[in-house]
Amino acid sequence: MTTSRRTFLKFAVGVPLTGAALAACGSSGPSSAGSGGGSTGSGASYWYLSGPPGEKIRTDTVNRFNSANPNTKIKGTTFQNDAYKTKIKTAIGAGQSPTIIWGWGGGGLRSYVQANQVEDLTSWFGQNAAVKNRLFPSSFGAATVDGKIYAMPAETVQPIVLYYNKKLFDQIGAQPPQTYGDILDLVPKFNAKGIAPFSLGGQSRWTNMMWLEFFYLRLGGSELFQRVMTEKGAWSDPVSLKGLQMTQDLVKANGFVKGFSSITADSNADQALLYRGKAAMMLHGSWSYGIQVSNGGKFVPDGDLGWMNFPSVDGGTGDPADTVGNPGQYLSISSKATAAEKETAKNFFKTAVLSPEENKEWIDTGQVPISTGTESQLNASKDKDFLNFVYGIASKAKNFGQSWDQALDPTAAETLLDNISKLFQLSISPQQFADNMNKVIGQ
Amino acid sequence: MVLPALLIFLAFGVIPLLGALGLSFTTWDGIGAIHPSGLTSWRATLTDPGLPHALYVTFLIMALSWAFQTPMSLLLGVFLAGRQRYRAVLAVVYFVPLLLSSAAIAITYKALLDPNFGLSAGLGVGFLAQDWLGRGRLAVGVVIFIVSWQYIPFHSLIYQAGVRQIPVSMYEAAQLDGAGRVRQFFSITLPQLKYTIITSSTLMVVGSLTFFDLIWVLTAGGPADATRVLAVQMYIKGFQGNQMGPASAIAVILVFVGLGLALLLRRLGGDARESQTEGA
Repeated sequence: MTTSRRTFLKFAVGVPLTGAALAACGSSGPSSAGSGGGSTGSGASYWYLSGPPGEKIRTDTVNRFNSANPNTKIKGTTFQNDAYKTKIKTAIGAGQSPTIIWGWGGGGLRSYVQANQVEDLTSWFGQNAAVKNRLFPSSFGAATVDGKIYAMPAETVQPIVLYYNKKLFDQIGAQPPQTYGDILDLVPKFNAKGIAPFSLGGQSRWTNMMWLEFFYLRLGGSELFQRVMTEKGAWSDPVSLKGLQMTQDLVKANGFVKGFSSITADSNADQALLYRGKAAMMLHGSWSYGIQVSNGGKFVPDGDLGWMNFPSVDGGTGDPADTVGNPGQYLSISSKATAAEKETAKNFFKTAVLSPEENKEWIDTGQVPISTGTESQLNASKDKDFLNFVYGIASKAKNFGQSWDQALDPTAAETLLDNISKLFQLSISPQQFADNMNKVIGQ
Repeated sequence: MVLPALLIFLAFGVIPLLGALGLSFTTWDGIGAIHPSGLTSWRATLTDPGLPHALYVTFLIMALSWAFQTPMSLLLGVFLAGRQRYRAVLAVVYFVPLLLSSAAIAITYKALLDPNFGLSAGLGVGFLAQDWLGRGRLAVGVVIFIVSWQYIPFHSLIYQAGVRQIPVSMYEAAQLDGAGRVRQFFSITLPQLKYTIITSSTLMVVGSLTFFDLIWVLTAGGPADATRVLAVQMYIKGFQGNQMGPASAIAVILVFVGLGLALLLRRLGGDARESQTEGA
């Protein structure tokens, strides 16, 4: 129940801020001191996500920076994931953005760039090659818009992983799936025992999207994966339609837990289904490991959690080593901040973000920071199996696709998520899905 | 006393309304500059197949929740209008749901209705393990039930007050004429409550246009778009899809639907100045 209490606290924190932001709207610009998310003298403001385990690490990094730089402190404010997505857009639109903007890069970042709301960091990275070189090169893709870097890649690499509950596999006497065909064979076996084959927090919609992403990646490879994001008409490609059909077939075969459309991922209820033995498998981000460690009691320590990369699909042309997810998280600097605030933010990026101390904290929670040269630290961790698995995926994948809803601009992303939830509800056909998407992609 | 009220109405009613109207003639992604674009946003909104669906869901929830709430509130109100002490106690108990915030109610019901961890698992009652919020029709039904659960107390209170306004002499006369309780209800109570019913119905109907928080927390408009009422459609367009122009157009449509309904109900009520107790 800690999550829901946190949620209430976040609301309490959010309310006065909204009030201040509204009050500041009419009378003062973003440069006025102390208003909402605006500036704080020569320090800087920073909004980021709440919830375990990331919240504590982000806060610790801010605190370390503040004790090292008492004159240019950073004031952090936390928000719950889905609430943050709305809040940050509104704040930026109202000219009340924090100095440091936490984000996912990709299409969202592009919309900030097009509105001239974030700083171009290309030359700064040129002058601070050491900062650039200590990060995964693959993480810069989603930070780059039209050849210029607009964000500092930060935190962890987060591929989507297929998790499974080993105890439940033992219970029905089955082996972990080697191919997607194996998965389809497992579905009726688990259902017969009253165990849901897959857990899914379907109300959040991006959770459903992960399934489509892997079908496309395995069926048509990264080439198809990219085409449906950019090329007009690509969703009607026969391979694309096959991926959509496979999704509906899995729903019809009762592949997902009963009531999946009403489960939200923000409450971590989908993960509880896995570690409490109500669902056998789950497709989820690599961050889920840390949540299962902290919420799942003895589940992970007892070795009951299994994981793998999404298996190959029969007849698919995609490389089974490819993956999708978040190549990193991204910190941008508001172009509306004062010169002193921007300086503080850059100093924060240089000295505090992914410092050795922060790296250690991420590793301790079972995540792989996007820092290079952490292999020995990963190997020393109690979670070294999972960490090496994630590090291996991130370094071996020829193509690390960015999650579709983050890669697209927000308007197209909303259409995508909307249609995906209808696809999973079986209320539209694969062909209707393709037609709806073709209208918004590649215009 | 008129001037302050007028100023507040201007500041918080008229000016934002004009702002939304203005925004509906622009394209704005909510982040960058605002570009005037004539009727583009309106055309996009009016040709969007999501709009008729949202209107349908809005009116469906409005009509069904009215049809469910009105008889329930009326009967409860009549029952509570008695002067016995136990009824006063019951009235307080019935009133509790209205004191809770819609968000809290939604979170609670969401937890109770969870097919895996909710009431069904807690009580071990298999029947309760339906996919309450995951199937379109069922989710609409759940929304109507929770809305009714929340607002029936308020409307019962209105009816209770209405019933207590009816002169006791009318019932005494009816009793002398040998009319039973049922006869009294249909011949005296119901006709005398005409304006109360209209007031209560207006509040229900116009109020149902503003259902947002409950639905958003409970289903987020889902599953798919089964419970996506106009207000939710507006929020999704504006704050998730970054389309403030079409979102503002939906806001304007909402205002006109609300005004239209309020005027219509006034019409149905006839001339409110005629005496309710005429002929008594």
